[in-house]
Amino acid sequence: MNNNQLFIAFWTIVVREIRRFTRIWGQTLLPPAITMTLYFIIFGNLIGSRIGEMGGFDYMEFIVPGLIMMSVITNSYSNVVSSFYSTKFQRHIEELLVSPTPNWIILTGYVIGGSVRGLLVGLIVTLLSLFFTDLHIHNFFVITSVVLLTAILFSIGGFINAIYANSFDHVSIIPTFVLTPLTYLGGVFYSIALLPEFWQGVSQINPILYMVNTFRYGILGVSDISIGFAYSMIIGFIVVLFSFAMYLLNTGKGIRD
Amino acid sequence: MTTALSIKDLRKVYGNGFEALKGISFEVEEGDFFALLGPNGAGKSTTLGIVSSLVNKTTGKVEVFGHDLDHNATLAKCELGVVPQEFNFNMFEKVEDILTTQAGYYGISAEDAKERAEFYLRKLGLWDKRDQVSRMLSGGMKRRLMIARALMHEPRLLILDEPTAGVDIELRRSMWEFLTELNAEGTTIILTTHYLEEAESLCRNIGIIDHGTIIENTSIRKLLKQLNTETFILDISPVQSSCPALEGYKVAMEGDHTLLIDVKKTQGLTSVFSQLAEQGIEVTSMRNKSNRLEELFISLVDKNLGGQTGE
Repeated sequence: MNNNQLFIAFWTIVVREIRRFTRIWGQTLLPPAITMTLYFIIFGNLIGSRIGEMGGFDYMEFIVPGLIMMSVITNSYSNVVSSFYSTKFQRHIEELLVSPTPNWIILTGYVIGGSVRGLLVGLIVTLLSLFFTDLHIHNFFVITSVVLLTAILFSIGGFINAIYANSFDHVSIIPTFVLTPLTYLGGVFYSIALLPEFWQGVSQINPILYMVNTFRYGILGVSDISIGFAYSMIIGFIVVLFSFAMYLLNTGKGIRD
Repeated sequence: MTTALSIKDLRKVYGNGFEALKGISFEVEEGDFFALLGPNGAGKSTTLGIVSSLVNKTTGKVEVFGHDLDHNATLAKCELGVVPQEFNFNMFEKVEDILTTQAGYYGISAEDAKERAEFYLRKLGLWDKRDQVSRMLSGGMKRRLMIARALMHEPRLLILDEPTAGVDIELRRSMWEFLTELNAEGTTIILTTHYLEEAESLCRNIGIIDHGTIIENTSIRKLLKQLNTETFILDISPVQSSCPALEGYKVAMEGDHTLLIDVKKTQGLTSVFSQLAEQGIEVTSMRNKSNRLEELFISLVDKNLGGQTGE
């Protein structure tokens, strides 16, 4: 396949993915908007007003970057895991496997499709947050780059989960028992400076902490961790997981007999 | 003559240790209409799965129009269209979108894809259903949709795994016509089917696979020549109380007005009619007991089973 044909194949997957999640917008775009609005009202307005400041900012201002990032993470991941698993379940993965579309195009197409949903939900949540607080922009490059890299990283994660999944239960195990706890413990609602020293150390092995704090740095200009280290960690994870997903695709794990 | 499909020493051992293919080899020439037959679990779908890149082979070599599936998969896949046994399209997508999406996977531009989708949807009688969600189609329409999808990149080799399973007679006939026309236009077709009359009327060459080995690979004409005896069913009048004897023929009675007569290849039917006429028996109708190919198929598979079990 020449470059033009490769691009057509890639674009076909991306468009199909976007068409899928916009067709079922009531399941993909609406729920995070409602959930995050409730977070803003309950944690930001009602409880936040009693908490006072966090890291030198209103509690609402502090949690908004984390909640946006949480939406991006969960939606990028769940888009790819559910879409690719249902592609396997309905067996229309075979349409791709018989075609000359290379594996790296298949992976990239799904990852970009998932990232688009993550970013779109992130944008919706950002717009909703404007009803509750003023958003600052401390560093636009950091905001856009870290949110994009995070969406890519968790889309790849969702893809790997889908390859291993043999039932719909397996699709929800990682988001429920790994992703959600890590997100809640990743400094979305608090600064890790509030934790005892031991738990601060434990928190630093949570990769989501780095993404949330880097994004918060881009908006508020404050962070609990080193931004340079956070970037290298996110990029490192992307390289490792992308390579692993390619290995799984090339060996046909979970998709070929 | 170019070889459309070449399979050499193909072996497949599944994870549970089951050896589905025991080193099979066969070739299909360009322009052929080839039937791959075999009982359930013989290895047909595994063979086609490997050719279609849906199943990983254990060892062996597969070439599609000279392109090795291991080293030149892209070119091999471009030459190949696959219509699987089970429905494997997105049940929530519209009919036309399924076709244009498939074309996209082959790098075909959206404009060309739309044109081709219209051509094949019209050809297969699905144009009116183009905006319908695929799960709403009838079983026969879903089968036709899979054929249209497999043709979107205009492959030179089309593989159909039991394309007429569960399809009514009228639709089956129209699909036969379509496939015959496609073959006449130059597309090489490989077909698996359980309807042996389908293989007999459509295909020129045949491979019979059983227990993971090819037990026959020849032309249908040569294969049918192997048939030594055919059984004919004759409805007779008047009703007979005992089985009439016919010299040189093995005759059995079924009910009081039906005869089952084994006729050897070297014998004719004229003597049957004349002997019956001499006994005052009139033949009111006549038919084959079973499809000729079916008889051969059963005898070949039985023979192979005897070999497998050491009988």
